Amino acid sequence: MATVDTAAPAPRMGESPASRVLRWVGKAPVHLILIFVGVLWLVPTLGLFLTSTLGAEDFQDEGWWQIFSEPSKLTFENYESVFDNEDITSALVTTVLISIGGTLLPIAVAAFAGYAFAWLDFPGRDWLFILVVALLVVPLQMALIPIFDLYNRVGLFDTVLGLVLFHTAFGLPFAIFLLRNFFIGIPKDLMEAARIDGASELRIFLRVVLPLGLPAIASLAIFQFLWTWNDLLVALTFGRDTQPITVAIFSQLRAFSTTIDLIAPATFVSLAIPLVVFFAFQRYFVQGLLAGSVK
Amino acid sequence: MGSGQSVVGEPPVQEAPPAAMPGAWRRHALAAGFLAPAAVFLGVWVIYPTLRTVIRSFFDADGDEFVGLDNYAELFTSDVLLTAIKNNAIWIAVVPALVTAIGLIFAVLTERVSWSVAFKTAVFMPMAVSAFAAGITWRIVYVKNPDQGAVNAGIKVVKDTFDPGGVLAAARPSTDDLRQAGGGIELERPVQPGDVVPLGLTAISTDDVPEGAEQAVRPEPLQGGITGVVWRDFKPGGGEPGRVETEELGLPRVKVELRDAGGDRVAQVESETDGTFAFEDVDPGDYRLAIGQETFARPFGGVSWLGPDLITPAVIIAYIWIWAGFAMVVIAAGLASISREVLEAARTDGGTEWQVFRRVTVPLLAPVLTVVFITMLINVLKVFDIVIAVAPGAVQDDANVLALAMWRTAFAGTSDFGVGSAIAVFIFLLVIPVLLLNIRRFRREI
Repeated sequence: MATVDTAAPAPRMGESPASRVLRWVGKAPVHLILIFVGVLWLVPTLGLFLTSTLGAEDFQDEGWWQIFSEPSKLTFENYESVFDNEDITSALVTTVLISIGGTLLPIAVAAFAGYAFAWLDFPGRDWLFILVVALLVVPLQMALIPIFDLYNRVGLFDTVLGLVLFHTAFGLPFAIFLLRNFFIGIPKDLMEAARIDGASELRIFLRVVLPLGLPAIASLAIFQFLWTWNDLLVALTFGRDTQPITVAIFSQLRAFSTTIDLIAPATFVSLAIPLVVFFAFQRYFVQGLLAGSVK
Repeated sequence: MGSGQSVVGEPPVQEAPPAAMPGAWRRHALAAGFLAPAAVFLGVWVIYPTLRTVIRSFFDADGDEFVGLDNYAELFTSDVLLTAIKNNAIWIAVVPALVTAIGLIFAVLTERVSWSVAFKTAVFMPMAVSAFAAGITWRIVYVKNPDQGAVNAGIKVVKDTFDPGGVLAAARPSTDDLRQAGGGIELERPVQPGDVVPLGLTAISTDDVPEGAEQAVRPEPLQGGITGVVWRDFKPGGGEPGRVETEELGLPRVKVELRDAGGDRVAQVESETDGTFAFEDVDPGDYRLAIGQETFARPFGGVSWLGPDLITPAVIIAYIWIWAGFAMVVIAAGLASISREVLEAARTDGGTEWQVFRRVTVPLLAPVLTVVFITMLINVLKVFDIVIAVAPGAVQDDANVLALAMWRTAFAGTSDFGVGSAIAVFIFLLVIPVLLLNIRRFRREI
């Protein structure tokens, strides 16, 4: 066994400072590459932010990096005019409404369905669940035209409710999939114990499964929130005056370079909320991603 | 989960044949109640429209007349739609593989540094942002003018370092004995040692006069050498072409070439701040004088990223910027679950880092890499927001992809629901293999 020991990599504990330095130097290319790439990845967002603080004329002169030589050009006047712009503020309110509705409703619906798929017994359960898995990848393009017709007939066109219902439906397959897979991991003994105590299924669902399922529900809530907040296609198709922030910005794109002092700050506002959510709940976001990366 | 190969997993509560018991009906009713809301949503908003779209794709724009496969024929004959198909094929060929590879590289590299969380956060951040906002972010990055767009500004810095642009982009000769040739300017008559040659240029705006220019001077003849002056042969209020006059500026840093009778360059000098230049120790004989083309090279005006030729690569780069973080995080999680012992054992057996990576890490990661690849495949088939955000309206035909073509056909302008439905069905058909794969994978898991 002694020979194997010598062939094994040197134990890190007893490493001398010199070899530690050597090891670090040996890794220097990796550090440099990662620093370079990391900075590269941040530049576009930084550029958007700095551009959003420049006047439209300043942008015509030179790009956002002029702020490094003339920091006085950084002002928040554009943001003041963005928040004074009624189109933008009402679009933000619309976005918030769509996102809240489009997050809570699918979670509620999917929690019931996920529980049924995980813990209730009924004929065809597995086939129905496979149907849900199949629906995961149905492109929403398949629904745009018929739902457009339907909404026009029943008066849901150009309403927040219409958008929320659509987001709910297309969020459901993923939501059911995620919650069912999480619920099924809850120890059977807990459920049995509750049943023996005479608790109804509804009670078990509300008092046992939902509290235990909170981490999964949190992941799902973040996903669904980001998905609805960031949507452009659905709102563009089923709305005209009911504009979330993405659509409001989209309608300004035609005159890109002259309205850059509105587009850039409005875009940054629209992306600030998802970033805050992302940084606050990063853990749940990544967990949800890993649990459901089949979507 | 796990063990069973049949679709029918063991029910959590073991029971006798359900219908026989009165309680079974209550159970089923309960399950139906729990499932009903989801069934309504999926039925009305997903399943019904999917079937409806398939039927709709066989009818004309208004939906009145059955047209068979005409809408699908349109898909493969209309230029706009063919471009969309071609572009989407590029997306499919490039993006999933590239995103997976970049994710793998990042995941492996971040394992070796202690500050990997910072790096991962930076790369993963774009995932949280809407593809639309990311598209606008990149549209600012891609602005053509190198003074405004970051990518072109970067290219300009690199280019100017190795190959500075010409001093005089628009200049023309002021006298008849000079002619424009091969991008430069050449003196038509031959010159001999001892000559003094004026090379007058015009059409140079005040802004374009190189920095440090002084009053032009006609130099003295040089024994056994050729001298001359390059100057801005223009005097406000008039002047005589070909004569160096007061208020006329010399043009510094112009590269003047001396060529032999055959046209080959024998010497090159740069003009002084007063425009003078001198070739010393020239052998007797006939020579030609010329100003090389590099003097007249246009300064870098920026790559047209948002133009019709480069728009698809430009959008793809922006898209990779968004999704690389996703691939990295999923692959890093897979990497973390590989047992350290396996890797250590491979290293102990004398494998180099590359061999360990190639022969051990990648095969063990294969399932994760497949998931990332397939996820990206589906995403790429549905790509929409980022194209519409990055590509200006004028080049959207050139940047077109299926999902964008579907939306533009059905809802922007033409409102042809027949062809729009056909495009949607086409996207759906492309997704179906993935759908079947998912089902197969899942049936194994139940």
